[in-house]
Amino acid sequence: MAFASFSDFIAMGGYSFYVWLAYGISLLSVVFLVINTVSKRKKIFSQVEQRLLREQRIKAAENKEGIL
Amino acid sequence: MWKWLHPYAKAEKSYILSGKLMPWFLALALPTFIVGMVWGLAFAPADYQQGDSFRIIYIHVPAAMMAMGAYSTMAIAAFIGLVWQIRLAEMTVAATAPIGAVYTFIALFTGAAWGKPMWGAWWVWDARLTSELILLFVYLGIIALYNAFSDKVLAGRAASILTLVGVINLPIIHFSVVWWNTLHQGATITKFDKPSMATEMLIPLLIMIVSFAAFLGFMVLYRFRNEILQRESHRPWVIALVKSSSSNDSQGA
Repeated sequence: MAFASFSDFIAMGGYSFYVWLAYGISLLSVVFLVINTVSKRKKIFSQVEQRLLREQRIKAAENKEGIL
Repeated sequence: MWKWLHPYAKAEKSYILSGKLMPWFLALALPTFIVGMVWGLAFAPADYQQGDSFRIIYIHVPAAMMAMGAYSTMAIAAFIGLVWQIRLAEMTVAATAPIGAVYTFIALFTGAAWGKPMWGAWWVWDARLTSELILLFVYLGIIALYNAFSDKVLAGRAASILTLVGVINLPIIHFSVVWWNTLHQGATITKFDKPSMATEMLIPLLIMIVSFAAFLGFMVLYRFRNEILQRESHRPWVIALVKSSSSNDSQGA
């Protein structure tokens, strides 16, 4: 362990602002990337789902017209 | 002998294979990330000149290395895609670019946060920093170009060509600290000599590099699968996949 106490660890030998800023922003940008990637997958799924439902509705409407 | 490779030119097979590989990359990325970060932040000894500010290296160097690694991957994929007209290779280019851009941003930002206490400036216009900034712009250009076309076949080709043009920047970044006088320190690991770093500082750095590489692999596979789904969304296998996932959702609810 390079630090005597937890408050020493947070202080980072006087460089706390720079070290935690670097780590914090890096973590944030990775989290942003993950959210963007996962939500894209969900969006594709819901788009395909909606298209399928729309096709179903169109088919149903066509069948009705055929009966009339 | 190489015939086993052939089915993977088919999107569905590649989708399934990348799905199988993804958990392995994540299983490598997460533990190495935790071990490397705790080791680097709390256990590695402070630098005799830079004190504790040097701990930024544990994200700065892996991010910068993998930003260039991601670009090399894209360049190879772009070449394969253009020469042999393989759509999946072009999808790899599109899938990798955003991750490379984020890594480049991390490298630049952590570099600034490290430069301020050590050099006294957030930013200097020297060769290494400027060429890295150009890398970020090249990444953003590739992403923007790919999104500018609604025809994804054309978009993939355009993005691949831009990727190949941007390769010229890679050696410039790598050798910038040799070719020009700069504030940025020289290579620590990637040189034909002993790494200029104490072992107890170097090991967590290597662990973090592995972690960043594995996470890059994981994210590339994830986004690659997204690209496949997007482009094949009218194919029966994707429709079957969507149907089965939505029926799972309704069972769960």
